[in-house]
Amino acid sequence: MIPAAAPTRALDAPSFSTGRFRAEREADWIAFDLLLTKLEKKGVKALTSDELLQLPLLYRATLSSLSIARATSLDKALLDHLEALSIRGYFLVYGVRETRWSRIRRFFLYDWPAAVRSVWKETIIISLIILLGASTSYSLVASNPEWYYNFVGEDMAGGRDPRATAEYLQSTLGHGKAANEGESGLHVFATYLFTHNSRVSILSFALGFAFGVPTMMLEYYQGIGLGAMMALFSAKGLGFDFGGWLFIHGTTELFAAALSGAAGLRIGAAVVFPGARSRLQAAAEAGRTAGKVMIGVILMLFMAGLLEGFGRQLITDTMLRYGIGTLMLLFWIAYYYIPRREDVT
Amino acid sequence: MSAAAAQANAKSRSARAKKVRQFITPEGVDLELRIASSGLRFGALLVDLILIVLALFLFSLVMLWIGFASQSDITMVVWMLGAFLLRTFWFIGFELGSRAATPGKRLMGIRVVARDGGRLTADAVVARNLIRELELFLPLMMLGFGAAEDMVSGWTMAAGVLWSLTLSLFLLFNRDRMRMGDLIAGTWVVMAQRVKLDADIATGTAGDAMTFSEAELAVYGIFELQELERVLRGRDARAMREVADTIRAKIGRPVAEEDDVFLLSYYRQLKARLERKLLFGKRREDKYASD
Repeated sequence: MIPAAAPTRALDAPSFSTGRFRAEREADWIAFDLLLTKLEKKGVKALTSDELLQLPLLYRATLSSLSIARATSLDKALLDHLEALSIRGYFLVYGVRETRWSRIRRFFLYDWPAAVRSVWKETIIISLIILLGASTSYSLVASNPEWYYNFVGEDMAGGRDPRATAEYLQSTLGHGKAANEGESGLHVFATYLFTHNSRVSILSFALGFAFGVPTMMLEYYQGIGLGAMMALFSAKGLGFDFGGWLFIHGTTELFAAALSGAAGLRIGAAVVFPGARSRLQAAAEAGRTAGKVMIGVILMLFMAGLLEGFGRQLITDTMLRYGIGTLMLLFWIAYYYIPRREDVT
Repeated sequence: MSAAAAQANAKSRSARAKKVRQFITPEGVDLELRIASSGLRFGALLVDLILIVLALFLFSLVMLWIGFASQSDITMVVWMLGAFLLRTFWFIGFELGSRAATPGKRLMGIRVVARDGGRLTADAVVARNLIRELELFLPLMMLGFGAAEDMVSGWTMAAGVLWSLTLSLFLLFNRDRMRMGDLIAGTWVVMAQRVKLDADIATGTAGDAMTFSEAELAVYGIFELQELERVLRGRDARAMREVADTIRAKIGRPVAEEDDVFLLSYYRQLKARLERKLLFGKRREDKYASD
């Protein structure tokens, strides 16, 4: 015990003091703070080469100050400041390592197709589910047209139901008089289709975490609507024309729908069967792959919206429609699945 | 009574420690990130939603004006695309920036980071924000769906809303305050507020007016020191009077000096004493801990 009798001065300037520590280092912290502010506001390009060289030095100096301060200082304001400064510095120094342009380029050249390739199993499953839905409703409606009303809602059908005449159905496909009616509204229509489809796809992706079940249900319903329509048109001998009407944008749109479902299913599968990884880690890894796929899906849907809104309304020749649809399908398949050298950067 | 107070102190300290996550930089320093509270997250979301609605409103006004002036329906397309982009990419766009935070998050002093300590990638940001679409709108959809379908009874609707709410409020049910989207994208939202460097109040000459004995300084620990620092930096005369009187009563000193002189001297000498002990590896957390 220290003898309490002698009231020695508590403050007899030791050779190390936190006051001196701060006085020595404070200039570095202020310089680092200024540099970070400049970096945040104006980006890397605004820094001179001198400042760029200073950045890691100041960052390390600040981190070392933080370590020393934690071990020696009890000044709360100082500790808080150094902690906040270090965190800010860490995320800026280690944050972005490439330019925005090279990120975009890498996404289109490698990341997007690679992500789509990696969900190929899920894509096949979802495609089969859509086909199953389509064939279910097709066979049901073909055997008994009354089923149609169970599958396609009144507002969605828009008069296209078993009671309609073949002429009317023909006109909805863009042959005959209805074709030239609303040409000025085409771009509005295309935009509406794009935003609507994107939201449905986002939903089918987001529902994936519930073990992928809602995703599969949503895709099944999409197939059901499709199959019912197909049965309706082929019963009136318009199957081939309907195919063209659907094919021109459908290859892109259905592909995108299948991919969004696959992305959702990937997450659901990772949660149920994480393998050797922890569940959280598996979900996070699947989520990142699925995120890349989803950016691609939105871009695909944008193209599908263009094809549906403009292409389908302006091109009325059925063979040409088939041609464009096939071309788009081949393009997507080639873009995604033709093997290429891995990105090494 | 002091045992209960000591327990309460230890409890609040461990509660604070529970929010801290180890985050070791390549240099080997633990940044001790703190998980942002659910209140801050909600506040940030609210600010962002208000800003989105405001932006949408202004955008609609401008588009209406242009539409009337030009008599063309191309503005309709621009409006629909713009609204879609604003809604979907507001969060994504801002979180891809160098501060990884939307305006709402910046205001609250929080940001998004990757859970594994790596850099925050674009796909993670996209994944966590596309899920947001579901978290925000599923409860609303359930309500709308239930109201539209007559055959759905009130109870079924309530069950649906409850189910979707457990998804939306997922962050309340886990330690790391992760949304469903955070879980899937592998991210965290942590505190990232800026702290100004305040002046060092332990240097200068004004605080050497009095000297305290070892026994007088031995009554307090680090917690009390830092509370005293807060009061001194706050410069509120009434709080200072109260604290000074408490300390005087505790160490048995008469009221003889100005409060600020007394407190500053005491703070400085207590800090010097505790820091010296710290250098020798003795960290006294609060006054209940042994000296």
